[in-house]
Amino acid sequence: MRAAPSSSPPQPRQAESTAAAAGATALAEKATSRRQIPTAVGICGSLLLLVAAVLLSLALGSRPLSIGQVWDGLFHPGSTGYAVVHDMRLPRTVLGLLVGVSLGVAGAVMQAVTRNPLADPGLLGINAGASAAVVTAIVMFGVTSFTGYIWFAFAGAAIVTALVYAVGGGRSATPARLALAGTALNAALFSYVQAAMLVDSSALDDMRFWTVGSLASAEMGTAAKLGPFVAVGLLLALALARPLNALALGDEAAKGLGGRPDRTRAGALVAVTLLCGAATAACGPLVFVGLLMPHAVRTFTGPDLRRLVPYCAVLTPVLLLGADVLGRVMARPSEVQVGTVTSVVGGIGFLILLRRAKEVRA
Amino acid sequence: MSTGIRIGKTHASRDRSLRVGPLSVRFRPRAMLAALACAAAALAIAVVLIGSGDYPLGPGKVVDAVFGNGNPADVFIVRELRLPRAGVALLVGAALGLSGAVFQAVVRNPLGSPDLLGFTSGSAAGALVMIVLVGSGAGAVAFGAAAGGLLAGVLVYVLAWRRGVHGFRLVLTGIGVTAILTGVNGYLMTRAKLVEAQRALLWMTGNLDGRDWADVMPLAVAMAVLVPALVIGCGPALRMLEMGDDAAAALGVRVERVRLVLLAGAIVLVALAAAAAGPVSFVALTAPQLARRLTAAPGPNLLPSLFMGAVLLVGSDWIAQRAFSDNPLPVGVVTGLLGGGYLVAMLAAQRRAGRI
Repeated sequence: MRAAPSSSPPQPRQAESTAAAAGATALAEKATSRRQIPTAVGICGSLLLLVAAVLLSLALGSRPLSIGQVWDGLFHPGSTGYAVVHDMRLPRTVLGLLVGVSLGVAGAVMQAVTRNPLADPGLLGINAGASAAVVTAIVMFGVTSFTGYIWFAFAGAAIVTALVYAVGGGRSATPARLALAGTALNAALFSYVQAAMLVDSSALDDMRFWTVGSLASAEMGTAAKLGPFVAVGLLLALALARPLNALALGDEAAKGLGGRPDRTRAGALVAVTLLCGAATAACGPLVFVGLLMPHAVRTFTGPDLRRLVPYCAVLTPVLLLGADVLGRVMARPSEVQVGTVTSVVGGIGFLILLRRAKEVRA
Repeated sequence: MSTGIRIGKTHASRDRSLRVGPLSVRFRPRAMLAALACAAAALAIAVVLIGSGDYPLGPGKVVDAVFGNGNPADVFIVRELRLPRAGVALLVGAALGLSGAVFQAVVRNPLGSPDLLGFTSGSAAGALVMIVLVGSGAGAVAFGAAAGGLLAGVLVYVLAWRRGVHGFRLVLTGIGVTAILTGVNGYLMTRAKLVEAQRALLWMTGNLDGRDWADVMPLAVAMAVLVPALVIGCGPALRMLEMGDDAAAALGVRVERVRLVLLAGAIVLVALAAAAAGPVSFVALTAPQLARRLTAAPGPNLLPSLFMGAVLLVGSDWIAQRAFSDNPLPVGVVTGLLGGGYLVAMLAAQRRAGRI
């Protein structure tokens, strides 16, 4: 990736110093490769962690099964564990994977584009938008099926993202404005959700399980529907890593480096909407995952998004699946929802990070 | 007047000073006017609120009835049924407005409100534990809310402490604690029976239905002590704190001690307000900002914020009861919608003016 510019034909005014430029490129490449190797190793190690988390998520649950039973249950219809492992734990794991990738990457991109270390789907009001749309679906349209919620949640997230962007100033959006706009919309939408739940008690009954964030009612169909959105969002985020790096220097500097801040920002918001919308639609508004993971990952990757985004994509599902497994085994035979576990674990982790940080300044 | 009370104009500012013998107080005429106007508006709205309902009363009759004059039916309706609710609204609004101003000044962030700092979710957690796990009555729920809010406040302060408490770390710690408590609250909501969940939700929204003087007694006592302590005792120091810890220390302010007193006072007010009416959203956030626009004065604007909070809550309660009179909403829904709308409108206006 780094070597790509050097393979393009040299610009006329650079022609005189081609040799020097070649030497510089070689040096840069050397430096890059020296840094890239640990990255590759690190990503592989993280992938191993992810595989372990997936296996744990398949193997552990409120109903104890032996390894053999889990294996049979995964591949042999009719075996004792099939209903549990193939029909319940597998969709749950796949969905957890998708949601984890979405939230981690969305958090990293959002923190970069708002230049705000506290940005997360909650802060920009996207979770609230999805919640408002879902409660509207339940109260006004009588939607009660889980698959029915998904599109409403998606639409709500998209509308609120557009609204935050518009209120925050559209093309001239600044980090502070975006954050303020998100907070304002968040509060107004939350009041609307509360009013709707107070008026309609059946909505309260459905919403209180949805808002806490749970993977328990996962179905393979949901994962299949949301997969494409997550994939597009992830690719967009990876493609935007370089322009966003430039944007981190400020709009002027980014323009000076040939970037287009407005387009980058719009693209980043599209990516965030796709990812957050999918995640929130799938398992409700999960707090803290999207905020915390990029911070934790940044401690060993540094702020470079080309390293940060892949690590977040791999490591966030580890956290989410781990939290889900923990919630399943913690209170057997019932379950603690994954949203509760992530917010408690994430909150404690956040406080620890905060205590360790040498100096926190405004 | 001539025996030592002098009103003078201090140089190079719009401040006036009031001297009584060796004591002197500086004040701004416009800020004072704004505070008085807010107080008058709060009382006027309260009179309208008391007068409206299924049995409407004119403002004159309401005032008469409050003082025990007029026909016995009016007096009963006003003093026994409607006055307590209006009184609770006034006191809770004032407490929230004052504590919001203190938080925003201490944290040095216009978004530093009790909701952000974790006290509200602490109150909600305390009340939820009482409703869902213990299954107890209104008094115990109020106690749980107050205890939960105070515990969350102490927790945030202790966790944020490291050779002093700085505003930004306080906000971050508050966010962490809020997240943990939100998770716990969500879990408790899913564990509850539907009826309990409804009761808990109604409570968490912020609600003034069926309140009487007993509900607000702890808050009234605390305000009688804390409002003078905060406004007169710590107000000037708080104004210096806004210039930064070092500058304030150089001017003779004991930074950590003043901050501890301020935060403790504000947390007590918020916790007791939550115990009286539930965690009403947005009043603590909006009141200081609206007050500042009225006074056009720098500094924390403690008194104007206090009265502005009362205006906001009484006004919201009037809207909640009258705009949807066949199906009254809890006051927290109205404050949330109004507050969110206000913030959005303010952002749009500021953008047009090119200020942010």
